[in-house]
Amino acid sequence: MRGGFERMDPTRTISPSSNPRRETEAEPIVELHGVGKRFASGLEALDGIDLNVARGEFLSVLGPSGCGKSTLLRIVAGLSEPTHGTCRLALGEPDKPVAAGRIGFVFQDPTLMPWSTVTANVELPFRLAGRVGAEERERAQSALRAVGLAGFERAYPHQLSGGMRMRVSIARALVTDPELLLLDEPFAALDEITRFALNDDLLHLWETRRPTVLFVTHSVFESVYLSTRIAVMSARPGHIVADLAVDLPHPRAGARTTPSYGAICERVSRSLGLAMSDTRT
Amino acid sequence: MIGERGWRIVAPLLIGALFLALWEAVVRLRGIPPYILPTPSAVALSLWNDGPSLLGSLLVTLRITLAALAAAALIGGALALLFSRSRILELSLFPYAVILQVTPIVAIAPLIIIWVQQPFLALLVCAWIVAFFPIVSNTTVGLNSADRNLLALFRLYGASPGQTLLYLRLPTALPYFLAGLRISGGLALIGAVVAEFVAGTGGTETGLAFRILEAGYRLAIPRLFAALFLLSLTGIVIYLLLDWLSRRVLRHWHESASTAEEE
Repeated sequence: MRGGFERMDPTRTISPSSNPRRETEAEPIVELHGVGKRFASGLEALDGIDLNVARGEFLSVLGPSGCGKSTLLRIVAGLSEPTHGTCRLALGEPDKPVAAGRIGFVFQDPTLMPWSTVTANVELPFRLAGRVGAEERERAQSALRAVGLAGFERAYPHQLSGGMRMRVSIARALVTDPELLLLDEPFAALDEITRFALNDDLLHLWETRRPTVLFVTHSVFESVYLSTRIAVMSARPGHIVADLAVDLPHPRAGARTTPSYGAICERVSRSLGLAMSDTRT
Repeated sequence: MIGERGWRIVAPLLIGALFLALWEAVVRLRGIPPYILPTPSAVALSLWNDGPSLLGSLLVTLRITLAALAAAALIGGALALLFSRSRILELSLFPYAVILQVTPIVAIAPLIIIWVQQPFLALLVCAWIVAFFPIVSNTTVGLNSADRNLLALFRLYGASPGQTLLYLRLPTALPYFLAGLRISGGLALIGAVVAEFVAGTGGTETGLAFRILEAGYRLAIPRLFAALFLLSLTGIVIYLLLDWLSRRVLRHWHESASTAEEE
């Protein structure tokens, strides 16, 4: 494991010595330190990323296309290894192996199994853990209710609209009740009406359940509406140029029309503009 | 009014009837002798008279075809599974599968018939060689076509290689396998017929291909056409059955099985 990276796998344990302050609220759930990624092709995707995600925070990573946001998310998920630096996660109970399902991941595409019903897709994490009993079925049901898909349990993905498929994907990520939810531009391919509706739903889910969310997007409005904090990224190689708190009060439903929302959007936009011109060579 | 669905059946039938009528008329009007080109009615009559004996021969050919198809599905599927597990195996064995595929079966059938003493088995091997390649190559592609994000998701949830195979790679490969099977169905029949042509009468049971040869030698051209007709019909039925199977299995999820009404 190069760069001291701790992989997200079921056998990993977190030693108490490396996390002496596990119980305190202040301890970040994700700790990225000097993370860099150079692909075999020589492309340098990320360079010197220092980023902490606090427990219960909704952090958006905002940046132009191709700035390495997705790579960053994959590194946090353990799907890719950094070539420099460390990525440390504080998940699960101390001194116990990190169980699969502590992390929920939503891709840009719904990434559903077309041959399985909505229910079977949402139950996938349980099936892979080798247990699908009455309790798991109930949890899948409740995840589907949470995303407004009650009544579609037996439908197949091709029978659903793009927005509904994305809801199934979110339900699947939520079903294990993860501590950390990673979302990789989940609404980028949707039309604006559907996107707004799903933004509202995601916001509501976060306000009621308070998972830690790391959300990758290239939309300023989306990031301001949803997040408690925004990290602005610049491209080639990806690095963080600004770290902004979003101090809009919760619940935020309807906050899109308030003057303070507009003001923050403008500030974030300016920051993103600077990030775009800052591209290193 | 006849809808789109109706025309799908009526239009080809109409063309067929028209063609047969034209054929009948031309042969009769120009007085073409039956050993050059028999009339469709003569063929139909021969089909009626020789039907029982031709059907017996058809059964022989069909048995070889279906056995070869089953063997192609089993061994082809197993080989593809092996290839998807080990890149080294795929790299070292796949070229030989290609060689078997591109070598004309007519050229190697005599050898196989000499080497394999048992006639049924010899014919089976020939038909299998023709039929197995589409299944191997298609299924191999299918097993390696699993969605990359789904693979990542399976990793994230700690799936074992067995689970990834069972819940992801095999379902992904299913449409590819079935497409291969549909091609192989026709090829198995062709393989069986070609092998019978080469083998001649061989044993006591004679297949349809030999009946065609025999009818040709005896200038019993209407019977030749009748046997040919049965052979084509068999090929069509095999294709339709496999097509139905494919649609049935994939009806819930695959684009290839969706009907116009659903869209």
